[in-house]
Amino acid sequence: MRRVGLSLLHSREASIAIAGIALVIYFQSTASAFLSGSNIANLAEYAATTAIIAAGEVMVLISGEVDLSVGQVYALCPFVMFYVHEAGLPFVPAIIAGLIPAVIIGLINGLVTVVLEIPSFITTLGTLFLINGLTLTISGGFPVAPKAGPLVSNTFGGNAISQILWAIGVTLIFQFTLVKTRWGMHTIATGGNLIGAAEVGVKTGLIKIGNFIICSVLGGLAGTLDCFRIGSIDPLAGGTEIMFMAIASAVIGGTLLTGGSGTIFGAFLGAAVLGILKDGFTLSGVSAYTFDMILGGAILITMLINVHLSRLRAAGGGQ
Amino acid sequence: MSEEVLRTEHLSKSFGRVTALRDASIRLAKGEVLGLLGDNGAGKSTLLKILTGFHRPSSGKIYFEGQELELKSVSDARSLGIEPVYQDLALINELNVYRNMFLQREIMYGGPLRILNDGAMRARAKEQLKQMGVNIPSVDVEISKLSGGQRQGIAVARSVYANAKVLLLDEPLAAMGVKESAMILDVIRRLKQKGDVSIIIVAHNYAQIFDFCDRINLLQNGEITFDQRTQDTSVEELTSLVVQEYRAARETVRISTSSHGEDTIL
Repeated sequence: MRRVGLSLLHSREASIAIAGIALVIYFQSTASAFLSGSNIANLAEYAATTAIIAAGEVMVLISGEVDLSVGQVYALCPFVMFYVHEAGLPFVPAIIAGLIPAVIIGLINGLVTVVLEIPSFITTLGTLFLINGLTLTISGGFPVAPKAGPLVSNTFGGNAISQILWAIGVTLIFQFTLVKTRWGMHTIATGGNLIGAAEVGVKTGLIKIGNFIICSVLGGLAGTLDCFRIGSIDPLAGGTEIMFMAIASAVIGGTLLTGGSGTIFGAFLGAAVLGILKDGFTLSGVSAYTFDMILGGAILITMLINVHLSRLRAAGGGQ
Repeated sequence: MSEEVLRTEHLSKSFGRVTALRDASIRLAKGEVLGLLGDNGAGKSTLLKILTGFHRPSSGKIYFEGQELELKSVSDARSLGIEPVYQDLALINELNVYRNMFLQREIMYGGPLRILNDGAMRARAKEQLKQMGVNIPSVDVEISKLSGGQRQGIAVARSVYANAKVLLLDEPLAAMGVKESAMILDVIRRLKQKGDVSIIIVAHNYAQIFDFCDRINLLQNGEITFDQRTQDTSVEELTSLVVQEYRAARETVRISTSSHGEDTIL
């Protein structure tokens, strides 16, 4: 029993998974509709795109930066896709074209942060407003509706299963990238010891810029998937709310804001737990106001547990 | 006279109006251990960082194995076999021992994804550390769980594993206990016996490393003021030189303060 306890202590993801299961049991006991197919679909739709953005945010956070602008990229990319499609391109190339601005924004975020040495909090705060204004300008402030066929729509997030598969796919790819590839190792090194990594020859600037681009593109992808699910493209969709939800998922999942440490898998579970909370409260008839209070409390409590668990881990030795 | 590995001629480096290094000429023979001594701010780190390719010199030349060269980056110097071990050790706390040892020279499976071959890195790291006498519980533990001496050992082993021809040790015994210092000095002694690697040890506490050096250079105010083989000098002689420097510095401070009207005794 003690060994099980210890191994749980060592795995950051385990504690958040247990919290998630406990919440599911609790909500199922208070509202029997919780585990119904339609509600699970509802929950998945909410959590999936948050998890996709959270994966990108974790990469940026581990490399020691933060991206506040990702929620606005979420709104911009589907518009670009829509206009490119209107101009005559089929949907699949239009979706890819829609992600090009995400690459450019990630590149700008990265270059301004790395080359001009402006803290990413400020850089991305700036681009947050810039992109928001850009989206409102090109859209005239009005939503549009993508007229995609069922094949395109269902492939790109038009239903719950498609959304979940995208989220799982993104999570697996980036978890693998983080723990098994050179890019992931250098990302951890960059955030863990910026000067040390540079002294050894790690291209820390390139790593940061690359991760800003990854985060931005995942933000654009999430926005695109959601536009097919909702069936309309809203210039004010996403925004700071989805960005903060993604960062909250990352933090609840065990990613440190100080860099060097975090997991994509944890962020996925974090997004799921936030989704379960929100959905469960809605079913139980708890108001949105109460939800925010509980969310705030949940973030604080998980942070406390995280900090103390990592101290315990350090004290208990890693072997 | 054995074969020369590294030589600098008249290296100078200024940062804005501050001259950190003035006309520094050093030479290092194959297998030699050179002690580069000097007080804080004497220019030791600047000289070291020029040799590692981190700083570009304002003027002067560097020769490596007889060839004049221009070091454009840290990677440049490393590809030649000039390996620094920095004071902060450039280790990543969040990565385990073997991944630290292979940072920036990872063993990977082929292909564009650059997937890490952890098995190969683990095995080679184990072997290298054992050979060099660096004792750690396991190569799988995170660096943050190790002592200062173990970290220093890993940093040195990492450089040696990279086929270092010249090892640049920046204050290897700083902030280390007696036992840990002994382990590091043992590692250096083993390297010296093998004779493949030339070593520059930068230190301000010369008593500890004196016996391990073949030659001593003293840096004072950005200039090399002393160059002797260890057997031709002594800790006492070095001490008297350093004391002279302190006296001179004290004199300068006294004059500059007394010119403001008051004579301060330091």
